[in-house]
Amino acid sequence: MARPMDAPVLVRAINVTKSFHGNQVLKGIDMEVRTGEVVVLLGPSGSGKTTFLRCINQLETIDGGRIWVDGDLMGYEDKGGVLHRLHDKKIASQRRGIGMCFQRFNLFPHKTALENVMEGPVQVKKTSKAEAEQRAIELLEQVGLGDKPAAYPAQLSGGQQQRVAIARALAMDPKLMLFDEPTSALDPELVGEVLKVMRDLAAKGMTMIVVTHEMGFAREVADRVVFMDGGVVVEEGPPSEVIGNPQHNRTRAFLSRMRQEEAAHGRPPTTVDLSDVPAE
Amino acid sequence: MSSISNDADRPGAIDARPVRHPGRWVAIAVIAVVVGMMVNSAMTNPRWNWSFAAEVMQQKPVLEGLLKGTIIGTVGAMIIGVGLGVLVAVMRLSDNPVLRYVAFAYTWFFRSMPRYVLLATMGSLGYLYPVVDLGVPFAQSLGLTFAQLDVNALSRGLMFGILGLGLSEAAYMAEIARAGILSVDKGQSEAAQALGMSPGQTMRRIILPQAMRVIVPPTGNETIAMVKDTSLLLAMSITTELFFQTQAIGTRTLKIMPAYVAACAWYLIVCSVLMVGQSYLEKYFGRGFGPMPKKTKQKITKIGADH
Repeated sequence: MARPMDAPVLVRAINVTKSFHGNQVLKGIDMEVRTGEVVVLLGPSGSGKTTFLRCINQLETIDGGRIWVDGDLMGYEDKGGVLHRLHDKKIASQRRGIGMCFQRFNLFPHKTALENVMEGPVQVKKTSKAEAEQRAIELLEQVGLGDKPAAYPAQLSGGQQQRVAIARALAMDPKLMLFDEPTSALDPELVGEVLKVMRDLAAKGMTMIVVTHEMGFAREVADRVVFMDGGVVVEEGPPSEVIGNPQHNRTRAFLSRMRQEEAAHGRPPTTVDLSDVPAE
Repeated sequence: MSSISNDADRPGAIDARPVRHPGRWVAIAVIAVVVGMMVNSAMTNPRWNWSFAAEVMQQKPVLEGLLKGTIIGTVGAMIIGVGLGVLVAVMRLSDNPVLRYVAFAYTWFFRSMPRYVLLATMGSLGYLYPVVDLGVPFAQSLGLTFAQLDVNALSRGLMFGILGLGLSEAAYMAEIARAGILSVDKGQSEAAQALGMSPGQTMRRIILPQAMRVIVPPTGNETIAMVKDTSLLLAMSITTELFFQTQAIGTRTLKIMPAYVAACAWYLIVCSVLMVGQSYLEKYFGRGFGPMPKKTKQKITKIGADH
């Protein structure tokens, strides 16, 4: 599914820096994501990919650089060259168009699957309950959980919880979806069902930025792979180039480590394309 | 596989001898003897005077004291305590340093005051401020006074007592509520923020309902403690209260002990009812956290033997 490279830029990040207690995690990230594009962020742990994702919807505040989403400067207002920090409520409204899925799902445990999906539209967009409920049921069906509206998160498997979390994010009709290692906390046999929902979402043209270690997903679904290490973008390009023919040593080292782990742990090849893993 | 394929050779249902617990039978015997002695003494010593105690329990001033001072006092003080306490807890966890320090100072002051001393002091406020003008500060001469409060009269009223107990309770509730809020996973507020919820919505819709699960049990504790602390209202010269009224009958009739028994019985009854209410609240706020463990009813046959 070739996406027109002249589609409008949805996310633009320039020279983004971020430190935690003097430890610089992001050292000047530049990135552009066009509408409808699926970008996978790859990199070893500690490379800053999750932090960068969290900066996009301001769960972390950045120390330097700028991030625009759909033309809005995130977190600040530029008044004649002077930046003014936005009020919490303004920041909340900037986040409405950005859906996010977390590694640990973070469903609301005191609410049923249906109530989880309805919460955003009813509370934030002030949609009527009846309308929100109808849409929530549709979304639960879309992620394959049409039969589980009354289940509490504790009664669902990890894969089901993550799919409810995706439905919850979609209920806000986001123009951008962020996925922070959505399958890392799942048992191997549950990874496939979540990746399938994400693949369907990508096929529908959703703009997605995905932090993941699922190489098969990156290869099949991503329009572009960005490899990060040590807080900088090392290389980026189509998956066939970055994964198939990496130019940098750090990328090569990371990829071969990933392949070894995949082979060692015998990940089921449901989604992971193992064609270039040496046969054993 | 062939060696255990014959059904007759495969082990079936377990029918084992239970573990014996002779210690339990010894304990039952000891307890039975002690309880028997107590019942015997209670029935044979005429000074217990149960019938008089039952009579005291039904006296009009006692019932009035129970309803107003003890029950309304507890409910009122806990409403103030929980409401203000949650507010102070939220202030304490706020980004705003002014609110944080105010909340800290509040907790510091009211937790340091013994309730009896606090109530006695509040009861004497009329000495400092016989009359309080409500109006614009420093503008009395301009006649900008909206209302006048007679503190001397107020300070002997039940409302003032409830206020005193509530202010004190709020300091303790603030710490309980803070613990509850901190117990909620950080991912919850992040998920709410990611949906575009404001900090206030996040607190009201997501954090507090989950914090309640942790807040309710110690709040039940506080409520039961408050039932008993309403007897301190006497420090403010408030006499429509259970213990003062029963005691008054006791001293008037010289039957002190039965009067005390009447007070004890009422406190036991009120606290028992509250405990039932607490278990319902716990079930409500525990929804989504798996089924509550079913109450295993201890049958007498199970005391001697466990399977």
